[in-house]
Amino acid sequence: MLRDWLYIGIFLLISLFLPAAAIIMAALLSPRKPNPQKNDTYECGVETVGESRVQFKVQYYVYGLIFLVFDVEAVFLYPWAVAYNQLALYAVVEAIIFILILLGGLAYAWRKKALEWQ
Amino acid sequence: MTPMQITFILIAAVTLVSAVMAVTARRMMHAALWLIATLMGVAMLFATLQASFFAVVQVMVYVGAIAILILFAIMLTRRSTLESDQASLGSGWIINALAAVGVFAALVTAVWAWPAAETVLTELPKDAEQLGLLGQIIADPNGFAVPFEVSSVLLVAVLVGAIYLAVERKPQRGGRQ
Amino acid sequence: MIDFLRDPIAFLTQWLNTTLLGWGLSEQAAQITGFAIGAFVAATGAMMFVTILIWAERKLIGRIQDRYGPNRVGPFGIFQSIADLVKIFIKEHIDPVGMDWLPFNLAPVLSVAAVLTMWVAIPFAATVYGVDFNVGLLYLVAVGGLGELAVIMAGWGSNNKYALLGAFRAVAMFISYEVPMVITLLIPVMLTGSLSMNDIVRQQDVWFIVVSPLAALIFFISQVAEVGRSPFDLTEAESELVSGFNVEYSGLKFGMFYVADFLHAFTISLLFSALFLGGWRGPGAEEIPILGFIYFAIKSSLVYFLVILMRGSLPRFRVDHMMDFNWKLLTPLSLVLVVLTALALKLMTGLSLWVQIPVLLVLNGLVFLMAQRMVTGFFRRRRPREVGDRSRPVAHYTPPQSDSEAQG
Repeated sequence: MLRDWLYIGIFLLISLFLPAAAIIMAALLSPRKPNPQKNDTYECGVETVGESRVQFKVQYYVYGLIFLVFDVEAVFLYPWAVAYNQLALYAVVEAIIFILILLGGLAYAWRKKALEWQ
Repeated sequence: MTPMQITFILIAAVTLVSAVMAVTARRMMHAALWLIATLMGVAMLFATLQASFFAVVQVMVYVGAIAILILFAIMLTRRSTLESDQASLGSGWIINALAAVGVFAALVTAVWAWPAAETVLTELPKDAEQLGLLGQIIADPNGFAVPFEVSSVLLVAVLVGAIYLAVERKPQRGGRQ
Repeated sequence: MIDFLRDPIAFLTQWLNTTLLGWGLSEQAAQITGFAIGAFVAATGAMMFVTILIWAERKLIGRIQDRYGPNRVGPFGIFQSIADLVKIFIKEHIDPVGMDWLPFNLAPVLSVAAVLTMWVAIPFAATVYGVDFNVGLLYLVAVGGLGELAVIMAGWGSNNKYALLGAFRAVAMFISYEVPMVITLLIPVMLTGSLSMNDIVRQQDVWFIVVSPLAALIFFISQVAEVGRSPFDLTEAESELVSGFNVEYSGLKFGMFYVADFLHAFTISLLFSALFLGGWRGPGAEEIPILGFIYFAIKSSLVYFLVILMRGSLPRFRVDHMMDFNWKLLTPLSLVLVVLTALALKLMTGLSLWVQIPVLLVLNGLVFLMAQRMVTGFFRRRRPREVGDRSRPVAHYTPPQSDSEAQG
């Protein structure tokens, strides 16, 4: 298995290196004429107003959290799914209980309007 | 120095340096990015131990979910827009560093006394990692079936708690946008 | 020659190894060089292939919109992509004021790298694959998550409110649609009993899309959303967020985001055909890998055509519709589907395949119909939304006052 990971590591390094090399080559080939108007932040053609880091909604964090919970749930379910063909019915029922508890959590989130965009 | 040792030293160096930078970075966003580098380093360490499932799950859950959650949380805090001019080490950092070194020494002594720490890293065949066995143990009532179900209850508790904290208070604050 | 046809990768590696060992390299260095050359060829091939993908997409979108695509530069406009490539290579790289250098420059590279490393675990033919990884499926999901980091780094490094806002909206969409994708991937794993992509392809004597079409549909929809293509392309909505997180990029850095976009769209077609359409399987594909490669290419081209068709014909979703669709429809549907499929398969073990597959098909159809009934019933039963909660002052007709009263 170490050979596989070595290949993946080399592949990752090369796939990081190729676009970087292309960008560096393009940076060498392209002109460089910075002036204040060009480098200014883009805001639909008008001057920037206010601070650049905006405060944003709590809703993003709630989405991230629900995603985290379901991601961890899926990670628990993957070994079960791999062993599925060797499991008896009670093991399947256990996993179904697992999923149903999490569906209950999703239903709670739905009722509390945590899934709305606004 | 075998190539495995060189690889391990490189990966460990990357992880440790990223961890130190994550703690001492000036801007919170940079600290989060260094934390992501640390988590990737840990995933690479799992890969050198040939625990493929754990390496992949580390990237999927930690880097793909938790790191993004941390980035969202950083953007939620107003202080992230301020850059602290002084290095953010804090005044008592020597004591903290000594405590960290002490914990490290204790862990190394404990691991060294473990007989299985003497095994040499060999290349395992492809089917050495049996996820099916893990799945069977998870579903086995004599195995870990009860912790399996309890973990789902724990996850739902996390969900409920976070939603209560995040959503319930919004009307009281007059609608933060 | 027969050896080359039967197992090209092993043949080439052997030849390379003997040559390199003959030159005096140690065995490990020869192995690493072989890996590096293989990875380099695959990565460069993928990036060069993007030009063909862009050309095909532009011609197809043009035809959908009742016009020719590019047809000036070369016969059928096939050199158009190369002309665009040359143009974007020599454009100036403008650095916005106050940008964060490392995230800003790392983001396009990471975006392309995250998609390229997916190609290592996809089996192209019976013997042509990068790595026969025993957790290949989860590896693909994990690496896809790295691309979302690139989006955040791009939005942050640009020092631009709109870029940051666009980046966070994009990442919120990506992580939301990853949930049904990860859950429906449980079904091919259940049917195969292994996370390895090679095993999943080899197990498909009957294509998995026949066994579980609803899972294939949910997977396809969530993958199209993961790429950020229309109808899910709020990240590029020009009328809304002025090109989203890559607004401050110019030149090849901007081009790299688009290379990543098109390559990701093709990679999900590869994934879909490997997981649900049987990959390289077909008559005679076991003995002759080239045939397997051709079958795989045909299947993924069909899926890619479908993706382009979706882009050209469907209007863009509104962002709250999109989130509702995911969290209130796709996620519960995929969870219910996994529960019912697991139960049904376990209750039917030992029965012949001719019984299991129709039962599963009927199950999928029932779940789909139930979901559709619930959705349309929900819309019919919904009360019309009230405009406001407070009682509004209603305009009354007041007769005009006489002049004497107004003056007094």
